[in-house]
Amino acid sequence: MPFALETASHPENLKRVAIEPVSRVEGHGKVTLLLDDDNHVQQVRLHITEFRGFEKFIEGRPYWEVPVMVQRLCGICPVSHHLAASKAMDMIVGATLTPTAEKIRRLMHYGQMLQSHALHFFHLSSPDLLFGFDSDPARRNIVGVIAAHPEIARKGILLRKYGQEIIRMTAGKRVHGTGSIPGGVNKSLTAEERATLQKDIYQMIAWSRDAVNLIKQLFAQHLEFYNSFGRISAHNMGLVRADGAMDLYHGGLRARRADGTTLFDHFDYSRYWEVISEDVKSWSYMKFPFFNAMGSSDTGWYRVGPLTRVTQCDFIPTPLADKERSEFMGFANGTATGATLGYHWARMIEMLHAAEVIKDLLHDDDVCGKELMASGKRQERGVGVIEAPRGTLIHHYRVDENDQVVRANLIVSTTHNNQAMNEAIRVVAKQYLDGRELTEGLLNHIEVAIRCFDPCLSCATHALGKMPLAVELIGADGTAIDRLTRNMNDSCSTS
Amino acid sequence: MSETNTFILDDQEIPFTPGQSVMQAALSAGVFIPHLCYHPEFRPHGSCKLCTVKINGRPATSCTTPAAHGMEVESNTPEILDKRRTLVQMLLVEGNHFCPSCEKSGFCKLQALGYELGVMTPRFNLLYPTRPVDASHPDVLLDFNRCILCELCIRASTEVDGKFVFALSGRGIKKHLVVNAESGRLADTNFSLADKAAQVCPVGVILPKRKGFAVPYGERHFDDAPISAHVDEFKPVMPGQEGRS
Repeated sequence: MPFALETASHPENLKRVAIEPVSRVEGHGKVTLLLDDDNHVQQVRLHITEFRGFEKFIEGRPYWEVPVMVQRLCGICPVSHHLAASKAMDMIVGATLTPTAEKIRRLMHYGQMLQSHALHFFHLSSPDLLFGFDSDPARRNIVGVIAAHPEIARKGILLRKYGQEIIRMTAGKRVHGTGSIPGGVNKSLTAEERATLQKDIYQMIAWSRDAVNLIKQLFAQHLEFYNSFGRISAHNMGLVRADGAMDLYHGGLRARRADGTTLFDHFDYSRYWEVISEDVKSWSYMKFPFFNAMGSSDTGWYRVGPLTRVTQCDFIPTPLADKERSEFMGFANGTATGATLGYHWARMIEMLHAAEVIKDLLHDDDVCGKELMASGKRQERGVGVIEAPRGTLIHHYRVDENDQVVRANLIVSTTHNNQAMNEAIRVVAKQYLDGRELTEGLLNHIEVAIRCFDPCLSCATHALGKMPLAVELIGADGTAIDRLTRNMNDSCSTS
Repeated sequence: MSETNTFILDDQEIPFTPGQSVMQAALSAGVFIPHLCYHPEFRPHGSCKLCTVKINGRPATSCTTPAAHGMEVESNTPEILDKRRTLVQMLLVEGNHFCPSCEKSGFCKLQALGYELGVMTPRFNLLYPTRPVDASHPDVLLDFNRCILCELCIRASTEVDGKFVFALSGRGIKKHLVVNAESGRLADTNFSLADKAAQVCPVGVILPKRKGFAVPYGERHFDDAPISAHVDEFKPVMPGQEGRS
């Protein structure tokens, strides 16, 4: 796979442009561009500048504490970490979940899928999609969407609220609950909680369908642009159910090469290291996973997340979402399935699927059952894998005979997408920045490409489009040539 | 009850029986005085100082001061509440207290008092002491990170269990809880989950293994009401007969 703009041959003679921090994503990151004297882009890198260290400070802690502790990795999708760790600890305690426990966890997970996808689409990305990437940054945020499209904004906010309510009723709190524990759950739904959720679910399904139609229309209106923007050729990986259906809670690993041929399928994720390894690079705290069969992160990188899941599963096991999937797969001769902006469309199909799954679970009496816990033969090693909103999430622990964690390895969704994001922004840089004047709108194109992947660089720094953004142009001799600043009030200024 | 056996606590007349401490009399009357090292089944210790009140204008620990007729006791005043808040803040920064991932959350008296007293910040520099966990016992986890040196486990193990499993070692800021075994490991003692010492820790040091987070939010001990509303739990088991249970 081509790797243009990964590394410049003589970086010492180039000018550096830094986008820091990248806004409307979860966490801290920056992008650097190295330009030659003619303003041609020679190197583009997405750097993850924060260091968390969770894998280290989990060591020594009792295993039952881990599902609660690790969800502090994130404030947007803590349920993903909560459940991936719980699944790993289910293996540690040798438990096969009771029907109630599994369905409550699924309800929690699909509730999170609903709220996280709604947050990302409506709050973080819709300003770009509705107003245009070059539009006035003062307007290009959720407040602007509320002013110009109040009905769309309202649906987005209430969809997220509904998902958060599901999480509260299953995990105990909207953010950072404790519902899932090794071997089961600590609560099921009461009859009142179930009735409350049932009352609104059909409205959520209807609004999710509206959201799919919205992104579909945007694609149709700007087909050539949407299909080409940041388009990359990538291998794919995700979980699928035994029958090939989409299953975001559990399944086997499926990997397909960029040409569509299968690399592995229904692979038991508890041996994930036989098919995936991680590379490190000096310029980022985020690792670079790759397929072992392809040798290195330079050639074996892949992408995960909604676009992969929707395109690589054989079908979606709920009728409305499956119909939308079929339309997406066939749209414009199937070209949207490879578009980076296709992530948004796929994400909304998944949100619709999540709403349908929630409806089915709420009509299953097991969600009010009382058999919450199971146990079995204690194991030393546990691996939990789940399809988080942003993609495949792997938690791997080893626990000693004293119940203390002695080793932890976490490969989070955004890490899988590391190289894919780098590749997408290089494409955008070549398309829109090479040799042109640096403007806030142009730089936002790079951020838009990153946002397609909905990266969660950690948890708490996005500020709804009001993140201060500083770009510096530094000459080959190190002197500052130009500086462009987006201020907290969304105005842009040069200095 | 004799009319002569009363004292005034924050403008409220509190009856008492001879031999009761100010704390016991207040709790018996349904008036909560914040405390950590006091336990109704054990002799008063007077070490945490949270129960400090002003008796006739002078500071005194209410758990160790016998009630006397005609005393004027101040407890719920801005000055005293501020000092109690400071004491809780010092306890919080002295250990490693991470409530969000602590399985004692919702059951912890230190946390409950933090809420009760309005602790909003650590205020002081966190000390981040290095205190390794002792997970050697098959049924009990010892997480020394949360120890506040109340000595309740020491008193319970000594006075009730007769096992002398715990002790304090070191001096001043280096004082810490130890296990009375040559190896220092709980597994090398005759400690049992059924021991009284396993039941009395007010914070999250002595924990039954594999039980964490089994109780959902909303059903934890202090979820329903502030600790001051749980005053009945702290009433003397046998008024005037404090000591061994």
